[in-house]
Amino acid sequence: MMKTINSVLVFSLLISVFGLSVSGNNVKAADNPNKFYRFVPPALKRNPPLATDGIHDPESPGLQVLQEPKAALKVLEKGKSGNYVDWVKSLQKEEIKPFYDLNDKNAKVSPMDLKIVREVKGSMPDVVFTHRQHTQWLDCSNCHPDIFIPQKGANQMSMAEIMLGKKCGVCHGKVAFPISECRLCHSAKTKAKKTSKKK
Amino acid sequence: MNDPYPKVNFGVLTLMVFIGFATALQTNDAEAEYGDIVMNNYSDDGEIRPVIFPHWFHRIRYRCKVCHSDLGFKLQAGANKIDMLKIINGKFCGACHNGEVAWSIENCDICHTAKSGSPTQVHNSTIQILVAPKDKAKPKTKK
Repeated sequence: MMKTINSVLVFSLLISVFGLSVSGNNVKAADNPNKFYRFVPPALKRNPPLATDGIHDPESPGLQVLQEPKAALKVLEKGKSGNYVDWVKSLQKEEIKPFYDLNDKNAKVSPMDLKIVREVKGSMPDVVFTHRQHTQWLDCSNCHPDIFIPQKGANQMSMAEIMLGKKCGVCHGKVAFPISECRLCHSAKTKAKKTSKKK
Repeated sequence: MNDPYPKVNFGVLTLMVFIGFATALQTNDAEAEYGDIVMNNYSDDGEIRPVIFPHWFHRIRYRCKVCHSDLGFKLQAGANKIDMLKIINGKFCGACHNGEVAWSIENCDICHTAKSGSPTQVHNSTIQILVAPKDKAKPKTKK
């Protein structure tokens, strides 16, 4: 029986060596067509170190000075995508206290409390746009009037457009939470009565 | 055949631990932080590494509005055409990166950290993942 155990141990060693050699061959998980959730990296790969993140040059001397993302982000509210940080909650809980003005460190935000409900055509719940969360980060002029005409019903948009980086996609999908978080926008509890169909 | 059963379990356990290690050590194509901007308007021509701007680091310290409204950064990667002259004159990055709020311009290597030849991009953006997944940083082979 000891022989069996030994053989199992040797086998496991072989397996591990095999595993390492496979990793050495750089088999990319993203290239596996049958990988579950192709665009979602496993927990181990989230907030990777700068030297291995694919865009930083590992030989750059600056990497010794720069902060590692994980060190800063792990203490914030957990999120499901993007930086894996819930930035809005982190701000609400004052885990971060970003300045609102460069010259006046005590400048306070005066958030605007206005919800806009956008009827959507498909089966998803209607979109509730909350000015409150947005004005805590942004100034009116960031969105109005260049991206959104400040008038109800004046802004036509589609998910395709958003995916291509227009309208909401100017931020959502680049720095703000991506479109995979459907329900953060499509959050109306009841569907608005369709008026457009009768026309 | 009188060996106690747990010994066999131990073998299997070792096997699993080894497999676990092997999997954990696999170096897959790691992805940079969401919202990292690579700027390469002039860097390659200037024989220096392109710039990486980490949104995550800056949004911990400043609201979006500070840069995108007060400092006039357009909401599009590479659209601001920032050069060192503008920064020296206190525009764009130079509003803070002046040696008072943050490190000043002589620390080239702290901002210019990208692989040479990386195109201007919002790394890991939806459009990059869904529409142009092959548009990722591909370093040119430079002497």
